[in-house]
Amino acid sequence: MRRPSERDGATWPVIVVILALIGVWYVGAILLNGPQVREQAAEDASFRDFVVQTWSMERPVLPAPHQIAAELAQSLFTHSVTSPRNLLYHAWVTVSAALAGLGIALALGLLLAVGIVHIRVLDRSLMPWVIASQTVPVLAIAPMVVVVLGNLGITGLLPKAAISGYLAFFPITVGMVKGLRAPDPLQIDLLRTYDARPWQILSLLRFPASLGFLFPSLRVAMTLALVGAIVAELPTGAQAGLGARLLAGSYYGQTIQIWAALFMAAVTSMLGLAAVSLTEALVAQRRGGRL
Amino acid sequence: MKRAPLYWATLGLIAATLARWLMSADKIGATLAAALIAVFALFRAMVGFARAEGWFARLATPVIFGLLLLWLWEMLVIGFAVPFVLLPPPSAIARAFANHLALLAQDFAQTYLHAVIAGYALGCGAGFLVALAIDRSPFLKRGLLPMGNMISAMPIVGIAPIMVMWFGFDWPSKAAVVVVMTFFPMLVNTTAGLAEAGTIETDLMRTYAASYGTTLLKLRLPAALPHIFTALKLNSTLALIGAVVAEFFGTPILGMGFRISTEAAKMNLDLVWATITVAALAGSLSFGALALLERLITFWHPSFRGSS
Repeated sequence: MRRPSERDGATWPVIVVILALIGVWYVGAILLNGPQVREQAAEDASFRDFVVQTWSMERPVLPAPHQIAAELAQSLFTHSVTSPRNLLYHAWVTVSAALAGLGIALALGLLLAVGIVHIRVLDRSLMPWVIASQTVPVLAIAPMVVVVLGNLGITGLLPKAAISGYLAFFPITVGMVKGLRAPDPLQIDLLRTYDARPWQILSLLRFPASLGFLFPSLRVAMTLALVGAIVAELPTGAQAGLGARLLAGSYYGQTIQIWAALFMAAVTSMLGLAAVSLTEALVAQRRGGRL
Repeated sequence: MKRAPLYWATLGLIAATLARWLMSADKIGATLAAALIAVFALFRAMVGFARAEGWFARLATPVIFGLLLLWLWEMLVIGFAVPFVLLPPPSAIARAFANHLALLAQDFAQTYLHAVIAGYALGCGAGFLVALAIDRSPFLKRGLLPMGNMISAMPIVGIAPIMVMWFGFDWPSKAAVVVVMTFFPMLVNTTAGLAEAGTIETDLMRTYAASYGTTLLKLRLPAALPHIFTALKLNSTLALIGAVVAEFFGTPILGMGFRISTEAAKMNLDLVWATITVAALAGSLSFGALALLERLITFWHPSFRGSS
């Protein structure tokens, strides 16, 4: 869905859809929170009071958007960034693990893709497993990895980064294998007639040609790395991180806190994707406008 | 096809089995010798098969590679006496699998047969229907598609605690997570697929005075099938992930995600690995079944025509 023609003129429709969604949300908040309010409210309460109450409960079934916004603002602006009460602190804990994992995934994925493209045995033996492993719910191993590494005395960033990296490494490998194979055989043959070494073909032709495949893979990997880091924070009952906030919120029934953490995760994911797109644009610019 | 790789493979498998047996008998020198022969022979077999053509060679190479990895895992873990709580050998996992068959089947029923299938059907169905519904409104399409793409790129599993609060601890809350996870990929892909029919074909239908419904049924939906199958395959993996992860947030005493998180905490790693095996099998088998169905239904598509 990256074709520009479909994005043209999408601003108004998107705004209308978002406004409609917020409207549905407020109505949903009335309907879902209504029963609880009705239990507590006085008989003669007006409809107006009733609606306002459904939008301002302390532990609503569905918090209204402005409650989430207030919780976010309260968390982001009244506490210092280093305080565990600030969501930015938790977001950073999660993001740092996801970024470390993405780094691991990039290094491993590139290495493996280069190996698969150059060594036929690896291509035939390893590639089917890389593809098959994408159909397996690898996220399920997260608790085990965290517990086992915790047993070895390794806690904190590394187990989370390992899970993020493991999840993110598959799309990068698959994308890079495709990308490194993208150059025209004619061009490879031309370089061969120049007596180019395999590593020269790799650096001069294959790698530049693969960039167009690397960035879409990176987008997928970015999301997966973030999901991996969030899920990896669940099993230890971690003290910090967006996943820990989700879990704590679910233990104590703090719905507003859950939604705020969820919103933070969504914003983080969007910022990550924007960063990838920005890098892509910068690289494209340096190479004359296209990948 | 040359026979040599086949002989190497046979020799390698026999030597590998022998090495495993010799290790149980505590004969270190003989074990090492047999292991060396096994690795060498299996490697020769792999190289031989990789150079050969044909479906058998294409299948044999990854299978031998997988067996070699499993065997190395077994030999190294037992040979170096790696603690059981770190990494159990494959044989122990197989034993746990066989011993807890009933338990694993119950977990599978709870997670897969209830949560995944219900959520998958609802999510994919709803995504498909909404895509059909907004098909006639370019405005809604332009508004909903960017949203769909954006939401697909978000950590949706995070809604699991909210769904647990709304729908309770049992499988409906997991199915709800699966619905949300599978809805948007289906919506986006079906819409892209419905735009797939070419101008010439659409114009031809118009010269036949075909109605919107007829064009949809006879031209645009068949043309959209490859995209729909892409979404179906992607969703089969997403659904399993969603259901398993949602169980980390609270569940009755059943389910694959529950089993993995509690048994990992109790250090019963063999049972954890056995459950992961079940999940992996369920994931790849459903993916394989969908891929097969795709081949049967969209046999006309260029990506399949050349290959069979």
